[in-house]
Amino acid sequence: MTERFDILVVGAGPAGIAAAVTAVASRKKVGLVDDNPVAGGQIWRAGAAQPVAALAWFERLAASSVARLQGWRVFDSPSQGVLRAEGNDGCRDLVYNQLVMATGARERFLPFPGWTLPNVMGAGGLDAMVRGGLPIAGKRVVVAGTGPLLLAVAAHLAKKGAKIVAICEQAPLHRFVPFCASLLGEPAKTKQGIEYALSTFGSKIHTGCWPVAANGDEMLQSVTLRRREKQWEVPCDYLACGFHLVPNLELPALMKCRIDNGFVAVDDLRQTSIAGIFCAGEPTGIGGVEMALLEGEIAGLAAAGKVVEAKRMARRRKRGLGFVRALSTVTELDPRLKQLATDKTLVCRCEDVSYGRLREHACWREAKLHTRCGMGPCQGRVCGPATEFLFGWKMDSTWSTIRPPLYPVLVSSLGDPDKLEFKSDSLALAGAQDQKEIQ
Amino acid sequence: MPKPASLRLLVNDRPVNVASGTTVASAILLAGIPTRRSVTGQPRGPLCGMGICFECQATINGTMHQRTCQVFCTEGMEVRTP
Repeated sequence: MTERFDILVVGAGPAGIAAAVTAVASRKKVGLVDDNPVAGGQIWRAGAAQPVAALAWFERLAASSVARLQGWRVFDSPSQGVLRAEGNDGCRDLVYNQLVMATGARERFLPFPGWTLPNVMGAGGLDAMVRGGLPIAGKRVVVAGTGPLLLAVAAHLAKKGAKIVAICEQAPLHRFVPFCASLLGEPAKTKQGIEYALSTFGSKIHTGCWPVAANGDEMLQSVTLRRREKQWEVPCDYLACGFHLVPNLELPALMKCRIDNGFVAVDDLRQTSIAGIFCAGEPTGIGGVEMALLEGEIAGLAAAGKVVEAKRMARRRKRGLGFVRALSTVTELDPRLKQLATDKTLVCRCEDVSYGRLREHACWREAKLHTRCGMGPCQGRVCGPATEFLFGWKMDSTWSTIRPPLYPVLVSSLGDPDKLEFKSDSLALAGAQDQKEIQ
Repeated sequence: MPKPASLRLLVNDRPVNVASGTTVASAILLAGIPTRRSVTGQPRGPLCGMGICFECQATINGTMHQRTCQVFCTEGMEVRTP
């Protein structure tokens, strides 16, 4: 089945919603495709009280004529101007004149002994589980890693009745002075910061502190924390641990858009190195929700041909860049975090490849060929950013050689289902695990 | 606020009651079991909660490899983990 749009937006987080709603106002036929069951992306995930800004954008989206493709995962671009997506009931080709990519970001995970135990999750990961119905009242939670997400998650979980036994931020305290100063220019962020501080009041906040081990047999029982020379163990039910965010670059890379220093290169109007393809939000630089909304609007205007309006908005965006710079400074990783993994600690969770097996290799490609690191179902989405930090392996070659499918898909999605030998719905092409099952 | 409707699904043949709007991954966590076993047999649970890590893959209504964090529970759903 084929659907045609003037403008297709991929990703229904703040940037994507803003782009779609803005573009459709120019009487363009706009499609918004997203892999989650409901719109909002990660930051506006359902299951918790939404900020006023989110409600306003959701309302505008609902009132608009944007065609919504929710629960559809883009995995290929079979020809120029076409994206292919897989959903619950098959496969669709989405034809477009202009494309806006708003694919968002994921958490950066760093390996340490025990990080693969059940109930050790990302900070946003545990928050998503709780928004998705996991009862957290009375549970003991350690929140760790780096970035403002930690406080946001701790505040939300505390509100839901969790006992936040510790908040561990890897950055030292002095780095927060310029960061807090950057907040003062933005009333919305200042207000949010104060709210977080109040709702996590009474929780122990440690700076310059991180988990060195998650302990338990089949499930998490405690976390060992370290700050300077001091090391101590904290019993807990969940460890919510994420080391800030990394952009989702798979689709921009597949579209052959230029990637500079780990982010999609764009001009002032959010156009990538490929004409007619725009990018907004975290893939162009981790900047938070207000920045993502602005960039979404700019991309939506530019894609709809409203260049004057887009330029005006682009000037407004420049004012928010102080926060973006402060954010990247405050979340800079302490090099000592590279020493958390022991030789036995798994780095690639899909293929169970240990740190010891990886450290003898010179680059990501070599490691992949020899160990299958990054070749399981997640295709390096988790271990890629980890090895980049641990070993300094550059991902540039990965981006330039990326191939479809971007996600494991049903065999029937890869071609004409009538001509394929395998027709079972349960067959998926992924990694070794699936191939074993096929055999 | 009205109490969210409750529904029942089966996780490895065991009934689990959840509020509507609950993801299958959260239901599996509620059941207190791992979502999968790794290639070397380690127990695993959800990690990212957003469809990228594939740790929460399980079989839903007979279809294997479903990212359970991106699927909502429905009445009578049958979920199976290894």
